[in-house]
Amino acid sequence: MSVGEILVAINSDQDIVLARQKGRVMATELGFSTGDATLIATAISELARNIISYARKGQITLRMANGMNRQGISVIATDNGPGIPDIRQALRDGFSTSGSLGLGLPGVRRLMDEFEITSQPGRGTIVAVKKWKQ
Amino acid sequence: MAKRDSMPTSIETKRNEEPSELLRELVAHLRQNRTQLREEWVVRITETRLLTAMTKEEIFAEATSVYDSYVEALETEAFEALQAYARNLSERIIPRGVETHEVVGIVLLLRDVLARSLFAKYQNDFKKLNRILDAYEPAANRIANTVAVGFVQERERVIRQQQEAIRELSTPVLQVRERLLILPIIGVIDPQRARQLTEQLLRGIRTNRAKVVVIDITGVAAMDVTVANHLVQTVEASRLLGATVIVTGLSPEIAQTLVTIGVDLGKMNTVGDLQGGIEQAERLLGYKVETLAEPR
Amino acid sequence: MEVPILKQGAVLIATFQAALSDADLNQLRMGLVQQVVKFRSRAVIVDVTAMDVMDSFASRTLREIALMIRLRGAETVIVGIHPEVAFAMVQLGLTLEGVATALDLEEGLAYLNEKFKTTN
Repeated sequence: MSVGEILVAINSDQDIVLARQKGRVMATELGFSTGDATLIATAISELARNIISYARKGQITLRMANGMNRQGISVIATDNGPGIPDIRQALRDGFSTSGSLGLGLPGVRRLMDEFEITSQPGRGTIVAVKKWKQ
Repeated sequence: MAKRDSMPTSIETKRNEEPSELLRELVAHLRQNRTQLREEWVVRITETRLLTAMTKEEIFAEATSVYDSYVEALETEAFEALQAYARNLSERIIPRGVETHEVVGIVLLLRDVLARSLFAKYQNDFKKLNRILDAYEPAANRIANTVAVGFVQERERVIRQQQEAIRELSTPVLQVRERLLILPIIGVIDPQRARQLTEQLLRGIRTNRAKVVVIDITGVAAMDVTVANHLVQTVEASRLLGATVIVTGLSPEIAQTLVTIGVDLGKMNTVGDLQGGIEQAERLLGYKVETLAEPR
Repeated sequence: MEVPILKQGAVLIATFQAALSDADLNQLRMGLVQQVVKFRSRAVIVDVTAMDVMDSFASRTLREIALMIRLRGAETVIVGIHPEVAFAMVQLGLTLEGVATALDLEEGLAYLNEKFKTTN
């Protein structure tokens, strides 16, 4: 069974729910435990939420990840928003730009196994995360 | 000079066959001679003393299905399906004690047996033999690779499962009294084990409807920052399930680590030793040791 | 999306569904407070058993609900957080600090009983 690539356009808060539901389904199909599927769905929810909060719209791409003798899921959140001026600051636990919880990026990093972020002011943001099957 | 185009396009006589046509031709040959080639293969397996853990009948039964899958993979190039088949097969034979070198060995033997049969068939047409082998070899090598990888993946999965089972056995969550759980942690905890403990504990809280949990870390020598964070998260997650956590056996070193990561020890429920922790838990649960009323 | 809110004496019980959008949660926040005022409830139990994911917005909304309800003199208890959801929440740093939690509806009611007994 091959799991293809799923793109979810993020334009409204309803898309946040959609993206995480699709993420959970894919994670389950890929053989992740329900606990891990919950972590993945939660991470997707936060990433999609960031897109809405800071860029108004963007996209979440879900696909299977293939590594050396292991498989997992890859989630890529992209947007053409204002970008993050100081990434190091954003990744420091407790950082907040708007309201109580800020970007939640450190949290997303804790939920997943691999975390990569590219962002430039005026050029948008790409957050790519992966989780491997135990 | 006769025009090629006007000749009947029978596969045998066309000069420059497509690789896929060649594949189809050799697949047909392998299917036609299935019984004989399979038998030859089984003989070679026994000769080279592979699959000694299995009886001849078992080898023959598995050989039939492997042979057919091999030829099918040559024909359809559906390597994902083949890998799934290999994992499935491995699931059956790993408990029998079959090892990686045996699986790789028998697949290579099959590749050789089939190759020799191709040599024999086309020995009079060297050019054709070369073309046939050009089609056969990459496919056969890919098959060997796919099967080996499938086997190794399955093996690794089994090992991980066994490790998981061992870890679960070695960290029991004990229900001592109604609504009270005790989690004694002994030895070295790595982040993976810490995470597993947390998940086990949370499930235990739900199953046992625990309202108080005593986590005893008397037996833990040292704790790095990651694991200390896990401990804090465990306390917080337990609360979300309505359970209070009491940590007992906190050594000065570990207390220091917790302070370093910013934990307010004043807010964490800690008691010196396990016994004291259980007593406090009982108080929290309302198990009061009543003093007898004075006789009036 | 309609969220069923039951009245059991002085306690309101709201059962959250699975796929609540941000707009749904905002509506709920308003609705619950209105109901507390309307029925002069003393407590609200929010049952989140059906929620398979609790993200930062849901967590923040629950805390705001508890805060607003406390301003009306009533208590909020969150029940039914699934072990796996709790695990994910603490990884994100969402602890629902300041909000009472219990395992399930039964425990939530027991907690409230205890609380009302001692404050009466």
